[in-house]
Formats: sequence, structure tokens, C-alpha cells
Amino acid sequence: MESAKARERMTSVLIHVILIVFSIIMLVPFVWMILTALKTNQEAISVDPFYIFPQNGWHWENFATVWKSYNFLILYKNTLLMIFFRVVCACLTATMAGYALGRLEFPGKKVFHMLVLVQMMVPSQIFIIPQYLMVSKLGMLNTTFGLVFPGMVTAFGTYLLETGYRGLPKDLEEAAAIDGCNVGQRFLRIMMPLTRSSMVSLGIFTAVFAFKDLMWPMIVCSNATTTTLSAALAKMQGQYSSDYPTMMAAATLAILPMVIIYVIFQKQFVEGIATSGGKL
Amino acid sequence: MKEKKGMTKAEKNTAKWAYLFIAPTMIGLIVLNFYPIFNTIYQAFCKTGDFGKGNTFVGLANFQSLTVGANAGEFWQSLLNTVKYAIIEVPFSVVIALVLAVFLNRKKMIGVSVYRTIFFLPMVCAPAAVAMVWKWLYNQQFGLINNIFGTNIAWISNPSIAWIAIGVIGVWSIVGYNMVLFISGLQEIPGDYYEAAEIDGATGIRQFFSITVPLLSPTTFFIVQTRIIGALTVFDLMFMVMDKTNQALPKVQSVVYVFYTYAFTNGNKGMGAAVVCLLLIFIMIITAILQSCEKKFVFYN
Repeated sequence: MESAKARERMTSVLIHVILIVFSIIMLVPFVWMILTALKTNQEAISVDPFYIFPQNGWHWENFATVWKSYNFLILYKNTLLMIFFRVVCACLTATMAGYALGRLEFPGKKVFHMLVLVQMMVPSQIFIIPQYLMVSKLGMLNTTFGLVFPGMVTAFGTYLLETGYRGLPKDLEEAAAIDGCNVGQRFLRIMMPLTRSSMVSLGIFTAVFAFKDLMWPMIVCSNATTTTLSAALAKMQGQYSSDYPTMMAAATLAILPMVIIYVIFQKQFVEGIATSGGKL
Repeated sequence: MKEKKGMTKAEKNTAKWAYLFIAPTMIGLIVLNFYPIFNTIYQAFCKTGDFGKGNTFVGLANFQSLTVGANAGEFWQSLLNTVKYAIIEVPFSVVIALVLAVFLNRKKMIGVSVYRTIFFLPMVCAPAAVAMVWKWLYNQQFGLINNIFGTNIAWISNPSIAWIAIGVIGVWSIVGYNMVLFISGLQEIPGDYYEAAEIDGATGIRQFFSITVPLLSPTTFFIVQTRIIGALTVFDLMFMVMDKTNQALPKVQSVVYVFYTYAFTNGNKGMGAAVVCLLLIFIMIITAILQSCEKKFVFYN
């Protein structure tokens, strides 16, 4: 019995060692990004001897310089507006459509349901050229509307909410119907509040993937003052690829807000993105 | 929608509400997704005029150029590159994630949420930023990786290594996400199976292969399927890591990268549309193959 316990303990230690090594591999890029951002370019490219930490003071001012010269305030604003409107649009349209598909009976329901599934199966690149041409014809290039455009409705979110509504017990609504509530009142007062967790998942999922998107903002917002963080990084890299501390400071500034929010709400984030699953 | 005869007043009323609720989404899907599908297919048969104006119908010319003509070399190579990327990303990210998930799902495991937070971190980071950081790590002269190992390898400009280097970034980015999916799959396996196995004296590794792997196969299949589709549409990593002047670019660029170059860098929408149409066909074939595999390899109890 004693030896079994000792073996169990050994296994446990071994597993923690593996997990810690793997954690280090996962974190090194982030640590190196921040350390490089705090160096002078001279230090960043000096390899002999190999400096890990900045030698001549920590150059926090690199962040301020990057912040100013690349107008991060505007980039944050553009990104935030895009995320805000995409989340609002996605949640609003998806909860309504999800309720109709999940709870109501009406002719044509199967066709609508199928359209939603088909959209989810098609790779999104196939929509991009016509979507771009539409935004361009509307004269909406380099606007927040242009950034939000493809995310105004969401097949995936509709499917997610549909599943959420379908899982709710039937008699909830029947009682309300007997009390004389119409469909709209039942939806607003009883059903919608109950799918809050699905809505939160969809909101987080939409926000994170809007934030990560690169190709669409590059296409519709080529202007440095109208684009998002991701697309701006792509532009910067083309221009200043050999000034490493600047590049790393910019990368840090771009991901930091999302990382902080993630660490605070990590449970909701992990659940939201994982339960949403599927379409990536 | 044809209205069925004999609907009661209440049913008609419900249907009215339903159409009201579903209208924004359906109009949106038709304008933003279904019209674009047909429009993209139509454009694939057209030559885009100068300055992106005016399409002239050219039949199969774009497809011919991509499959046997002037652009065939580039297109087939990009498809091969994409498949190679998937061959690195999918198996490694899935297997590593499974092992990590089994570790974190152990009884009385401490530090689970810390490990999970760390492994999942790349999921909330913009790939553009992630790729910039890795490009710096891979730097031949000053990069951290070459410095640590005392090597002088051109990780991202040597055509025979670069595709692996990009694949490694892909694995690093997605492994935590796969792990979280595996953990929720593992939690659905009833504990009695393991208790019974323990009484029979089965070791941990034996339990893993005879209980965990088969019972987890629906989750595994789901992850593998979504990862394959995801890997086949990879773009951000290659776009950010590979400079346009990088000599390894032709051996690394993905199909979507080629699509972007044709449609938006060169302004040849017709050619770009043809590329995504071929990609769509390829993905549909892969999906069909996967569906037929599902019946063979997935164990539903």
C-alpha cells in the first residue's frame, strides 16, 4: 500500500513537471515580447553576451512613443466600436431568430433552419469579395459600418441560441399564455432572460473573434486612422520591421486589454469560447 | 411561404410573430451570405476589368488558368502548402491537447485553473500580434530560439523549414482551445468505468487506451473535423510572418493567402473568386470523407 502511494505521488510530481514546462513554453513568447518592448533596439539585437533583461534601465517610454506615433487611441476606439456593434447586432438578431426557431411553430421553419446550417458549413472566405463590393458601392469603406457589416447577423449565434431556447421547459410559456401574454411578451419577459448564459457566450465569442479578425479590416479599412488594431499591426510590420522594441511594444499594446479582461473573467471566456465551439 | 389551410387563428398569430423575429436574421443571411455565394461563383467565370470595373464572362478560363494554365504552379503549390500546414497543426495540437486534458482532469489535481488560463491564453490574442512575436523569436540573427540553442537556422526563410515553423505557431495557438474541449468531453465519461477498471487492476495507461480513447471519440472527431477545416482556411499567420520578399513564401503561402493576393492585392476578383470556389470544393470533399469516417471510428454508446 505504501509503495502504491509513493508511486502515485511520483506520477503526480512528474505530471506537474510536464505541465510547468509546457506552461513555460506557452508563456515565453509573451514574456519575450514584453522584455523586448522595454529595451533599446541596440539591446534587443545584441546577442553577445545574451541579455535577457534590459541593461540600461527599463524603457517604459517605448510604450508612450508607440502609443503616440501610431495613434493607438484611435485604433482602440475603432476596434472597440466594431466589437460593440458586432456584439449588439449578433446578440439581438440571434436571440430573436433563435427563439422563433427553437420555440415557435410556423410554415417554412425547416427551410430557415437549413439555411442557418448551410451558412455555418461554408468557409467564410467565399463571402468576402461580394461583401467588399457591397460596402464599396455603399461608399462605406473606411467606416465603422464597413467593419461591422459582415457581422450584422450570425448563423452560428442563431444556432447557439436556438439550442438554448429548445432546452428550456415547455410549461414555462404555457402558464404565461394562459395568463394572456402574447408571444412578444412571453419572449421578452420570460424566455429571453433565461437564455442569458448562451447570450453571454455568444457575446464573448463574437467580441474575441471580431478582435482577432485580420483580413476583413485590412480590406475595408486601408486607412491608418479608420482601421483596427490587428490590421494596423500588419501595416506597421511592413514599415518598421527592423525596430524590434517598437514592434513588440505595439504588439503588447494591441493584445493587453483583451488579455487583462480574459484573466479577470477567465471562467466565462473559456466557457463562452469552448461551448460556442465549432466555427473558427 | 405557402400558408397551410386550416391553421387556427392562434397558429396564424404565432407564425406572424415568428416571421417578425426571424426576419432580420434571414434578410441578413440572404444579403450577406447567400447572395455572395452565388455572386462569387458567378465572378469566378468572369474576367475583372481594369480598375476592378466591368466583368466580362470568360467561361472556365480562370479555372483553367488555376488548374493547368499560367497560375497552376502557384495554386497547386498553395494547396499542397495548406495540406502540409494542416498535417503539422491538426495531429500535434490534438494529441498534445488530449494529454494535457487527461492530466488536468485527474482526481485531486491542483492548479487546474492556472494551467488552463495559461494554455488558453493564445486564444484571446490577435493572431497578427502573435505572429509578430514569433517572427521575432524565429529571427535568424537576433532571435531568441537561435540564441538559446546556439544555432543559426533561417527558420522562416528556408523553404524546407518555414512550413514547419509556421505549423508550430499554429499548434501553439490552438492547443489550449482543443484542450478545453477535451476536458469537457472527459467530464462526461462516467466515473464508474474507471472505478471498475481500477478494481480489475488496470493501469493508468491501460485505462487511457481502453476507456478514455473510445469513449472520448465523439469529442475527438468533432475537434479533428473543426481543426481540419480551420487549418485549410489558414491565412493570418502566413500573412504576418512571411514578408512579400521572403524567398520561402511560395512554399508556405496557403490557398487563402493566394486568394487574398489575387483578389485584393492584384485586384483580380475573378481569379480570387475562382480560387475560393476550388477551395470550397476541396473542403466539401474533405467533409464528405470525414463524414464517412465518422461511422467507422466514432464510438457512440
